[in-house]
Amino acid sequence: MRPTFSIIAFTVLSGIGYGAWFLEGIGLALGMACRAPASGDASLRACRFVFFDGTALALALLFVVAGLLASLGHLGKPTRAWRALSQWRTSWLSREGVAALLTFVPATILLLQHGLVVLDGSAQVTPHGWNADAWGSTWQPLLGGLLAVGACATVVCTANIYASLKPVPAWSDRHVVPGYLLLALLGGSALLLACGPLSAADRRTLVAAIIVLSIACAWLKLRYWRAIDAQSAPDPGRATGLSAFGEVHAIEAPHTEQNYLTHEMGFVLARKHARRLRRIALILACGVPALLAALSFAVPGVATAFAGIGFVAVLAGLLVERWLFFAEARHAVIAYYAR
Amino acid sequence: MTSLPPPSPKKLGLVIDLDTCVGCHACAVACKEWNDGGQFGPLPDEDAYGAQPHGVWFNRVHGYAVDGPGTGGAAGAGRRAGNQETPIPDSGLTVHFPRSCLHCETPACVTVCPTGASYKRAEDGIVLVDADQCIGCQLCAWACPYGAREFSVERGTMQKCTLCVDRIYNETLDEADRQPACVMACPTRARHFGDLGDAQSPVSKLVAERDGYALMPEYGYRPVNRYLPPRPRKAGCGDVPACGGEGESLDPASLPGVLRWLDRVLSR
Repeated sequence: MRPTFSIIAFTVLSGIGYGAWFLEGIGLALGMACRAPASGDASLRACRFVFFDGTALALALLFVVAGLLASLGHLGKPTRAWRALSQWRTSWLSREGVAALLTFVPATILLLQHGLVVLDGSAQVTPHGWNADAWGSTWQPLLGGLLAVGACATVVCTANIYASLKPVPAWSDRHVVPGYLLLALLGGSALLLACGPLSAADRRTLVAAIIVLSIACAWLKLRYWRAIDAQSAPDPGRATGLSAFGEVHAIEAPHTEQNYLTHEMGFVLARKHARRLRRIALILACGVPALLAALSFAVPGVATAFAGIGFVAVLAGLLVERWLFFAEARHAVIAYYAR
Repeated sequence: MTSLPPPSPKKLGLVIDLDTCVGCHACAVACKEWNDGGQFGPLPDEDAYGAQPHGVWFNRVHGYAVDGPGTGGAAGAGRRAGNQETPIPDSGLTVHFPRSCLHCETPACVTVCPTGASYKRAEDGIVLVDADQCIGCQLCAWACPYGAREFSVERGTMQKCTLCVDRIYNETLDEADRQPACVMACPTRARHFGDLGDAQSPVSKLVAERDGYALMPEYGYRPVNRYLPPRPRKAGCGDVPACGGEGESLDPASLPGVLRWLDRVLSR
């Protein structure tokens, strides 16, 4: 399949954003965010919701919005995109749109609350008499839970847009949905680690998560690639039903130039260079961040720089991985053109 | 609505005879011509008279060579069941294969559509795209293993075979002309249009008689269109004396008296 930048950017960027939102949502739901930090300042003002979750929530929002906007670039009629929200009963693309937008509800409320707390400086009560902190500590666990559920559901829907397409066996493979989820979590945790002051305990949790997720992602992708390598090549005998009569091969194409099908679905370049590109994707998305994360234990002084480099590596690795995911996949219709 | 309608008793579709199709592309051209000016709007081409013309066609005619004895496949299923052989000439077969929308009974191209632009008509099973609702996401084209849908960059929407819905119910046409343009144009009558939901219809009878088969039934989309396999050929060269591999052979005993004498004289 021809890899288009809009779809690669959509799945990678929104995946990272929703992965980060998922982790933050879980943190908020479990009440981690407003645990008193090590400094001993027990006031809610100093809790990580201000320093870490707010910044990270906003950064993740940027990724989500950039990803969703990129997806519009793939549409022939982008101004009609709103129509895509209507068919959630049958269409995974429609479900993805609905889940993506619903997840904005808890995210927006959390961001607004964060904004009020930051704008008010040290005052725990806004000039209008609204105690944002008290409100937050009551509602944050619920909103966090909704954020996590929404983010997870959105990534599952994104993966299923592709996993539900039987004519592309490399996409309907069973490793695809868990792969999208794990890679979103890896990207999300790399973003969280890179984007802000964290308490030592949380840093340790995130670093451990990155190491575990890197290993899990690498293992899953290797299994996925082994599975798709074992898939059979397009067979015109099967496509035409003529294999009863013998070996079938095309002698004449219906058209002398490319058509939509051969242009969109007859992409060969990625399979030619698959081995090298797979190695690059694994090293960038899994190897580099895991190594840097482990090193940041040993050399705490450069942990911030390592986290930044690690995130850039994950982003680049995910872009290569996603490019391969689209570009390597073969569509059944190409069998009609196979010689 | 992209939810599928309840199965309708009427299933309009095409039956395509791979035995008689000569690969002339008249069906494809007639289709392009009718749909260029029909009710569903034009099928615009890019660079139509340039070096790399590119455009939407609803019907594409492939050419295949078939060699050697076959082992399986959809076309052989009926024959294997009847324990008949499917001999093909030593030289193999050339099969011309028109490919268009099969108007599946449970089409994934409809259910994946996020907008409801892609739909299956409840009354006759025709699968259509509402160009006014289509957002051009192209997911339906990815969902179709038969390559029935082509995206028009010019229009920004997906396009596909309409089974000439603007002909077959068109009361301004003579009744005889209320058939898809491809069927009307075929010079060898290799294309037949009718109701495949009615077991007594001429197309259903033709399918039963000729072991018509559906393409790639394993996907479970239940195509309505059927293909009629090439008829069994005589093995080798049959009665043609001048054919048959190395050199020519002549049996003098089969010649009339004068020619037999001539053959004997000249053979001295």
